[in-house]
Amino acid sequence: MDELTLTLIKLGFLAVLWLFVLSAVSVIRSDIFGARVETPRGAKNGAAAKPAKPPKPRRRPRGEPTSLIVTDGPNAGQVVSLEVQPILMGRGSDAALRLDDDYVSTRHARIATNGEQWFVEDLGSTNGTYLGSQRVTSPTPIAVGTPVRLGKTVVELRK
Amino acid sequence: MSAASPRAGAEDPRLVPRKRRGAELWLLLLATVVGVGAYIAVGLGFDGEIPTDTPRLAGGIVGMALIAHVAIRRLAPYADPVLLPIVVALNGLGLAMIHRIDLSLEADGSPVGPFAGNQLIWTALGVASFIAVLLVVRDHRRLQAFTYTFGFLALVLLLLPLIPGLGVNILGAQIWIRVGPFSFQPGEVAKICLVVFFAGYLVVKRDALALAGRRFLGIDLPRGRDLGPILVAWLLSLGVLVFQRDLGSSLLFFGLFLVMLYVATERPGWLVVGGLLFAAGAYFSFLTFSHVQARVDGWLDPFSNSEEYYQIIQAMYGMAYGGLLGRGLGQGDPSMTPFSYSDFILTSLGEELGLAGIMAILMMYALLVERGLRTALVCRDAFGKLIATGLAVSFALQVFVVAGGVTRLIPLTGLTTPFMSQGGSSMVANWAIAALLLRISDQTRRPAPEVRPLEADDATQVVKMR
Repeated sequence: MDELTLTLIKLGFLAVLWLFVLSAVSVIRSDIFGARVETPRGAKNGAAAKPAKPPKPRRRPRGEPTSLIVTDGPNAGQVVSLEVQPILMGRGSDAALRLDDDYVSTRHARIATNGEQWFVEDLGSTNGTYLGSQRVTSPTPIAVGTPVRLGKTVVELRK
Repeated sequence: MSAASPRAGAEDPRLVPRKRRGAELWLLLLATVVGVGAYIAVGLGFDGEIPTDTPRLAGGIVGMALIAHVAIRRLAPYADPVLLPIVVALNGLGLAMIHRIDLSLEADGSPVGPFAGNQLIWTALGVASFIAVLLVVRDHRRLQAFTYTFGFLALVLLLLPLIPGLGVNILGAQIWIRVGPFSFQPGEVAKICLVVFFAGYLVVKRDALALAGRRFLGIDLPRGRDLGPILVAWLLSLGVLVFQRDLGSSLLFFGLFLVMLYVATERPGWLVVGGLLFAAGAYFSFLTFSHVQARVDGWLDPFSNSEEYYQIIQAMYGMAYGGLLGRGLGQGDPSMTPFSYSDFILTSLGEELGLAGIMAILMMYALLVERGLRTALVCRDAFGKLIATGLAVSFALQVFVVAGGVTRLIPLTGLTTPFMSQGGSSMVANWAIAALLLRISDQTRRPAPEVRPLEADDATQVVKMR
């Protein structure tokens, strides 16, 4: 056995050792990140809950709102993008902004735009939707930063 | 450690149940390549030729791995895929290293050894105990019914070596028993019993231990009357230390109880109390026992007495000689360190595989512990969580105490390196622990019984008149 062969054996064995460790890590990795298997149930849910994406949202001019943020209430801090609209807010599982607020109805209100302005529309909720102290009875235009109150929750549009 | 809602499994994409037995088989193949490859490399490095009995040995290792694999397929099909291969790889590496030290000892005409043959038999017995545990324990929750039985068993096992005539004193430690030609270290099995006992006890008592207490300096300290169990554990550890002169086990038991107590109650206060108790116990035993003083001296300044601390000095030279890539299997002199095949097997591996190899081995242990803790995280019942935590932490503590001791990070205490160091009882007990972890992870990763979640529309909404 000459020196070179022995060195190669030594390095080869270390390589095998680390190959084993890295394979184990990759199995663990796929356990954590790769386990999302499309089950038939999941696939059906996905198709039903996700409406067809709109062709490609046109570029909005600057100053237009891009997201809806919950500023107060049990879901404070939650953000939804305004890409897909109208945005349904409520306790129901089909709501785009799902609120865990007992005072919010299943389908409480929605926010939509006509291309120029954003409107909030109450959907016959039990406890009403308020802009300040004013109860929303018909689609009402809202601006960026206007607090909209539903039950205990307050949401507003953000740039 | 509140359990997730029962239907979390159905909604969480990470928990889609997958068996992954194929991945396990592939890793097992690699693991046997590690073991058999180490054996061949030892032969090539030591004698310059491939050992003639390689096919026999390879057959044995692959056979055992396959038997364990088939047992998992039949008995625990959803179990974690990484645990068994890691155990097999560590075991194979340990076997090869022990065989390698045998060769040196034989060449030197040493009176001890050979160990590898016996170790192979013990490995087979370990696999047998692995399968037996999988067969007998079909659901780990059943073990909770035997909480106090296990506690009693642990106590008996710990006391066995003290019985005159049965216990044997080897190198100052009274931790072995000898029945006929076999010697056994009951403390290794007591470890498992203690984990089950602690888990069963803490599941019932954790609310009392967690919720009552005083706040002091921003830490919730437990009530005086709740200190009972931790004091008992402390006294037990001290008892092991005093009567059996076994530093390692004493440290292991106390650390295990402390960690499980902390996990069960989520109270850092227990860690403070436990840490103080540990410091007090450690200082007391330092003052009282000469062998503890010797360990501390050997840790702080081994070169002060190169006769007495010969072992640790040799180990350090060995590792230094090994350097980054090691001297190559079969080409170093690990056998110059006394007990290089058991307590000091990590430094033997460090000498011949170098830092790169020892890091890979520590990585395997880390993955083993990680899989155990992950099982505990995902486990749905608190008892299983605590057992898995306890078993994983026992591996972690053991490896830390051994690796820390032989590398002079902490004072040297005798504990076995799981799955590697020569010794039958530890081998059998650790395979049983692996089986228990696999059983819990099987229970955990198995698909949850289908529960249809309530539709949000069905729920009544709360109406408040303003």
